[in-house]
Amino acid sequence: MFRELRPALTLVVLFTLLTGLVLPVLFTGFAQLAFPFQANGSLIRQNGQIIGSVRIGQNFTAPVYFQSRPSALTGTDAKGNSIATPYDASESGASNLAATSKALEDSVTARIAAYRAQFGPGPVPIDAVTASGSGLDPDISLADALRQAPAVAAARHWPVPVVIGLVHKLAQHPLLGFIGEARVDVLVLNLALDHEKP
Amino acid sequence: MTGWAQIALLFALVLGAAFPLGAYIARLYNGERVFLTPVMAPFERGFYKLAGIDPNRQMRWQDYAVALLMLSAVHAGLLYAILRLQYYLPFNPQNIPGMAPNLAFNTAVSFLTNTNWQAYAPESQISNGAQMFGLTVHMFLSAAAGIAAAGAMMRAFSGGHLTSLGNFYVDLTRIALYLLLPVSIIAAVLLLVAGVPQTFAPFAVAHTLSGEPQTIARGPVAFMEAIKEFGTNGGGFFNANSSHPFENPSAATLLLENWLLLVISFSLPITFGHIVKDRKQGIALFAAMAILLVLGVAGTYAAEAHGNALQIAAGASPLHGNMEGKEMRFGSALTSMFNVSATGTSTGAIAGATDSFMPLGGLVPLFLMQLGEVTPGGVGSGFYTMIVFALLSVFVAGLMVGRTPEYQGKKIQAKEIKLAMLAVLILTLFILGGAAFSLMTKSGLGSLANAGPHGLSEMLYAWTSATENNGSAMAGISANTNLLDYGLGAAMAFGRFAFLIPVLAIAGSLAAKPKLPPSAGTFPTTGPLFIGLLIGVIIILGGLQFMPADTLGPVAEHYLLASGKLF
Repeated sequence: MFRELRPALTLVVLFTLLTGLVLPVLFTGFAQLAFPFQANGSLIRQNGQIIGSVRIGQNFTAPVYFQSRPSALTGTDAKGNSIATPYDASESGASNLAATSKALEDSVTARIAAYRAQFGPGPVPIDAVTASGSGLDPDISLADALRQAPAVAAARHWPVPVVIGLVHKLAQHPLLGFIGEARVDVLVLNLALDHEKP
Repeated sequence: MTGWAQIALLFALVLGAAFPLGAYIARLYNGERVFLTPVMAPFERGFYKLAGIDPNRQMRWQDYAVALLMLSAVHAGLLYAILRLQYYLPFNPQNIPGMAPNLAFNTAVSFLTNTNWQAYAPESQISNGAQMFGLTVHMFLSAAAGIAAAGAMMRAFSGGHLTSLGNFYVDLTRIALYLLLPVSIIAAVLLLVAGVPQTFAPFAVAHTLSGEPQTIARGPVAFMEAIKEFGTNGGGFFNANSSHPFENPSAATLLLENWLLLVISFSLPITFGHIVKDRKQGIALFAAMAILLVLGVAGTYAAEAHGNALQIAAGASPLHGNMEGKEMRFGSALTSMFNVSATGTSTGAIAGATDSFMPLGGLVPLFLMQLGEVTPGGVGSGFYTMIVFALLSVFVAGLMVGRTPEYQGKKIQAKEIKLAMLAVLILTLFILGGAAFSLMTKSGLGSLANAGPHGLSEMLYAWTSATENNGSAMAGISANTNLLDYGLGAAMAFGRFAFLIPVLAIAGSLAAKPKLPPSAGTFPTTGPLFIGLLIGVIIILGGLQFMPADTLGPVAEHYLLASGKLF
């Protein structure tokens, strides 16, 4: 039995050094030199300040911006009560509510009502009223973006075709026509809105 | 329609790779020269020299088991210490404190057993250092140990009157150096280019467009992400696992990760065909695995694409199906495919919240785990579990025609069947017993996130996932309690080792027997008849044991939802 102790200990130490220290450090060095943008989290800067990551969604409430999907993330306030902290990227997670959850059905119904009040009657894109898996989904469906466009244009006092044109310009279509879903990165779209001068 | 095309594409890519990779792994088991030998042989020899390993030493099954257990025990102890002391160790830019004893115990067992159950929230409870030299190393070694044990099982069938199953240290080292490392490095580069971070910097703080601060968790993700999938580990760098945009930034990375987590487990039956010098034997096992997995993916995708009728009635568009807990860049098809693949293997990674799947969509991952993780199962463990089912299948066939069953020319006798049944039944005890016990305690009930039959599903899922060494969860459950930390920790250890030791004993017993040439009375273990029988045995064994519990959970939930009953 103890005959196996030395090989066990030595192999654990050697593999810890190789796969846990030397390679990750070398790989990080390579990543920082060759792909610094991706390696540091695809951060976008404006006037020298980090304004977010292309990959990570943000919470938008102003009518001049497209709205992100609901986020189920929660935190605690100073008094220790649980509060909603949508798009708090220091954490991640889903609502984990079941299909038979009354809480889920109630919030979806409430979100549909709020969505229609803001963007008009008719069927509501399902992604706009359901929380994502990470709570940080950077995208909305193309259908949702097109549905929101007229209201965003109205809030900016712009012609609707300008906003719709931007949505189409920035839409990401499925890879090779069938892998993934048609979608728009909300932060990238809203940034483009701020830079657009119709 | 495009959903089915995406699923077909992935399976084509796995199928295409399994044959060459299976042949490559056979060469590794046989100690033959491969194209990486010039690069890796110096490391391999150096490791043996430093560790005092004689690569020519041949191990009986008992030696093989002791070596595997000893390495596992040493490594688990080291991980426990790292987790407790992480505050004092390097690479901790967020100053994360050491883990509490219950959580550190649970996590150490979890990664030791290739389960990667995550009772912790990584962003706030584990340092970059512990992710690297704690968890990532286990991802390499627990995967390599599983593949090594599969090799020992294959050797048992390679000839007659064998006394040895090979050398555990040689198998482990060669698999890690020649298979896991090179593919992981290539995959890590691809993931990095696609947007997965790799940095030692602390969390970034952004000033958002809306004028609020946003703290963005990041770290050395890409290197860990690759082996997390390739070794069917599944422990995410982030809480949201592969649904987090930094772990899985696009549909293309999802395809890559899904391919990685399936490919070794589907290659090993092909390897087996090479080892027993009859390719068709491997293809038969491969086919049984693939048929079950494809059916599972199709079942979940059909449920998810259909969506939640109540939400559609309330005014939501049915276009994308059920999107609660799913990411827009994946949609229902890719999320279903990924989650089912990750439970059909023992990966346990998720690209969306299984807790929020439709009742029948969530039944499939649960059931695939209950089948014993053979569709295609974890790296190595899926293969040796499949052999256990193959032995039971020829035994059943032998009973029907009244002949002594044989598999690969080895007579299957009472001893092997007893060990096989022991291995299969011991897991049920933990799954059903553990879930039932937990639900009788106040602590267990307090852990549930959802009421009604879905609450039962959550607890049943937790014990199934831990015992079968999967590691995924219906993640609403609060897993970091004393009851579940210690209970599930014990379940993970039993699930791995109380299964593996009887399996190695079977291998040792079979190895010693003569290898008989096939005769007119031999039941063929290739072709549709055997594949059908094998699938039947797997489903009936799994179904009989778990159908009552599953009926009270997901199946009841399905019918209650259809009648509009909410909780």
